[in-house]
Amino acid sequence: MDQKGFRRGSFQSATSDEDMLEIAGASMDFSMADDDPPLDREMGGFSSYNGGGMNGMSTMMDFLEEPLPGVGTYEDFNTIDWVREKSRDRDRHREITNRSKESYWALLHSVSDAFSGWLLMLLIGLLAGSLAGLIDISAHWMTDLKEGVCLAGFWFNHEHCCWKSNTTFTDRDKCPEWKSWSQLILGHGEGAFAYILNYLMYVIWALMFSLLAVLLVKGFAPYACGSGIPEIKTILSGFIIRGYLGKWTLVIKTITLVLAVSSGLSLGKEGPLVHVACCCGNILCHLFTKYRKNEAKRREVLSAAAAAGVSVAFGAPIGGVLFSLEEVSYYFPLKTLWRSFFAALVAAFTLRSINPFGNSRLVLFYVEFHMPWHLLELVPFILLGIFGGLWGAFFIRSNIAWCRRRKTTRLGKYPVLEVIVVTAITAVLAFPNEYTRMSTSELISELFNDCGILDSSKLCEYVNDFNSTKGDDLPDRAAGPGVYTAMWQLALALTMKVFITIFTFGMKVPSGLFIPSMAVGAIAGRLLGVAVEQLAFYHHDWAIFSGWCSPGADCITPGLYAMVGAAACLGGVTRMTVSLVVIMFELTGGLEYIVPLMAAAMTSKWVADAIGREGIYDAHIRLNGYPFLEAKEEFSHKTRAMDVMRPRKSDPPLTVITQDTMTVEDVETIVTSTTYSGYPVVVSRASQRLVGFVLRRDLIISIENARKKQDGIVSTSIICFTDYCPPLPPSSPSVLKLRSILDLSPFTVTDETPMEIVVDIFRKLGLRQCLVTHNGKLLGIITKKDVLKHIAQMANQDPDSILFN
Amino acid sequence: ILFPQAPRMFTPSSRNSVSPVLLLVLLGCVLCPPAQASKSSEDIRCKCICPPYRNISGHIYNKNVSQKDCNCLHVVEPMPVPGNDVEAYCLLCECKYEERSTTTIKVIIIIYLSVVGALLLYMAFLVLVDPLIRKPDPYTQPLHNEEDSEDTHSLAAVPTLAGARANTVLERVEGAQQRWKRQVQEQRKTVFDRHKMLS
Repeated sequence: MDQKGFRRGSFQSATSDEDMLEIAGASMDFSMADDDPPLDREMGGFSSYNGGGMNGMSTMMDFLEEPLPGVGTYEDFNTIDWVREKSRDRDRHREITNRSKESYWALLHSVSDAFSGWLLMLLIGLLAGSLAGLIDISAHWMTDLKEGVCLAGFWFNHEHCCWKSNTTFTDRDKCPEWKSWSQLILGHGEGAFAYILNYLMYVIWALMFSLLAVLLVKGFAPYACGSGIPEIKTILSGFIIRGYLGKWTLVIKTITLVLAVSSGLSLGKEGPLVHVACCCGNILCHLFTKYRKNEAKRREVLSAAAAAGVSVAFGAPIGGVLFSLEEVSYYFPLKTLWRSFFAALVAAFTLRSINPFGNSRLVLFYVEFHMPWHLLELVPFILLGIFGGLWGAFFIRSNIAWCRRRKTTRLGKYPVLEVIVVTAITAVLAFPNEYTRMSTSELISELFNDCGILDSSKLCEYVNDFNSTKGDDLPDRAAGPGVYTAMWQLALALTMKVFITIFTFGMKVPSGLFIPSMAVGAIAGRLLGVAVEQLAFYHHDWAIFSGWCSPGADCITPGLYAMVGAAACLGGVTRMTVSLVVIMFELTGGLEYIVPLMAAAMTSKWVADAIGREGIYDAHIRLNGYPFLEAKEEFSHKTRAMDVMRPRKSDPPLTVITQDTMTVEDVETIVTSTTYSGYPVVVSRASQRLVGFVLRRDLIISIENARKKQDGIVSTSIICFTDYCPPLPPSSPSVLKLRSILDLSPFTVTDETPMEIVVDIFRKLGLRQCLVTHNGKLLGIITKKDVLKHIAQMANQDPDSILFN
Repeated sequence: ILFPQAPRMFTPSSRNSVSPVLLLVLLGCVLCPPAQASKSSEDIRCKCICPPYRNISGHIYNKNVSQKDCNCLHVVEPMPVPGNDVEAYCLLCECKYEERSTTTIKVIIIIYLSVVGALLLYMAFLVLVDPLIRKPDPYTQPLHNEEDSEDTHSLAAVPTLAGARANTVLERVEGAQQRWKRQVQEQRKTVFDRHKMLS
């Protein structure tokens, strides 16, 4: 069983200090791969799979017939070869088109192949919409469970419990069917003891929910924690993380997202919804061969699934597509645009038909007013933009510092305890203030709301002069005592949210960022709006107000200020531009407010960019060391390819394989003694003229398979990479032909090529490695990891922080 | 080979890949009917909110009418103001048509709670009962073992486990469960111990 010895040796005799080795060892066990077809140990079950082309003779010439399962797939934590995947897809398409002329059945097959993309989008939209509906309804119910329970049916939340009964105008929330915990246990709801009991029950429920969430994450699917968007960005740029978009991750993420949101923690569900939608996309890809086998096509589907995820989170299909285009995707072909839009629409429609909010709205904080605004109000809007930018930069810095502390110190060893402590602090601080006690979405909804006659909340307690009211059009009024109380309570809520979100984002439960940032911005906006409104009311004779804001007119809308503030803060943290404005204007349903939103979003982006270049997701990518080649930044240093290539002057020369003079044993020695992911193939050691490039995984699989299946392959057999192998004396063992696994068109640059061009090539083509030649002879190799390390070095960052290969 | 192999997704070879899939299918099947469920009469209403007017206090009126009848004149009964004031009063009132589906809510909450219950039971089973059932096997490590040294020898044990030809369904299910447990353990090491991913 020297194959076993060979394989065991491949991950024990490693001399390199690269971390990739351990991970490579873990994934060499093919049966652990989530996405690959499970590889039987004897590989016997797959003799029918490859159509009989096992001998590796002339049938190997056909690129499409992958003779061995596993060849052409990738190891975990590796980058895919975009060029190869795309050309494989083109070949497959060409073959289907050619065959379609042969028979009626083949024509039908080619038509169904073309439609498979659309069918897949439909299925993704349906599944994502259904899951989003489930998450919304369950989260609403469980959030209200902390405060009380409905006697008419325990599955109703507060609003639905009181739906049927007759409520009074002043006490719209109270109805006999809904009992708070103190009413249930003690029998009455008033008094200090009842308050303390309510407080205690609130904290206990919050702790239970978050404890359950973190235990489920830890026990079943550790990849389900966090937001998910940084990792999805990395996956879409070509990285493989097996299991990240799997079935268990989907189930656990859905369940624990509801628990985390209901426990009152300062987090949102939009980022995790993108992860959930991408999991749906990945799982449904397995139904279609076209997408299951091709990693590049699969990433197109994942881009569309991400669009569907944002679409159900905000009820904004166009915003979802733009978000996927701007933030999440790396290569976004135009064909994907139309399909993403389709998936987003289907998802939004499915969610609407499930109807989680009872009146055909998709999002809780849909805004319905259309009051005009005045040009002079741009000044406070720009102020809000500056606030958003400052807060965004502050949040990113502190959150990254805290997450780095969690990664490196002992704090990271107690994830469950950390979640419990943060939940306890959040719950204890949140209960006394009614604006933090309610769920964040409800808070945003109340802040966006324009006060009318019919609103009875504290925020709308203005001094009413009934003689001058005409219909629903209320003028600017003096603030009553309710408004002042609400103001200082909101200020306290703002400080609490600003600080607690820093510790919450990045914990080991699913956590999103959109809702807390929008809440911070909405509170700041509403405070500023009420301040400007009162200023205009009391000083209507000032020059700036007298022109347009006469007494008795309704000129300032604090709800609009809240909306602009929310957009500014969200833009400051994520650095979204177009997608943010489109999402916000789809939320408001009109184009009136595009100019204020754009002014605030642009200001906040400029201010935040002046302080720190990266958005929160790019900062997390850099913190974790993912091999993500940033597509938006220019590389502006004057280094050349020879400065970056390996081997350096002090290293041993480049490990190459010759095209027809090496034996199986030689190649096995090379593969076990080095850890490179691929080897160049040259004509001969003396000439060093390039033939092609062969990947490590393909070599190992082919050699093992040949030893087992082909006759006469022993350690002294010659390996031949060319079509016509040199004739050998009849007594020598048979030749192993590995022409089919050789890539005959590797990319090369000369050693004098400026690194700007090399980085551009890597970005635009999605390369993993690039060979460097000098005067036509092979000199060295540049891999994507080398490029990333070089960029980090040039930016004075630690080049060793790039962890993965 | 080139045909979409839909049945492959539902091969019974691994219990752990089937149960979440079954769950999803169940979810899909159950969620679709409630979306088109016939709305019972108690699930629609027209809600009119009327603010205080002169010396009349504010009031909320609910009535079970269709969408075209959802306005102040049909819903506000009895009308608190005399005939000539009705128009002024109704201008202040705001009427909204709302509908909901109680069956959807009930079904979704029950599904959610049963999934959480099932996961809890499975977790309890894996932590408490499973180590007692299996013979103490040096190659299979307990589920919540955090102090693992990063020992790749544990992976070398895989060939022996799968080397014996897994014939019966039970043994195949066992093999699948072992594979899944190893996968979760690897993920846990990457995320919680080495902090390589997800900070």
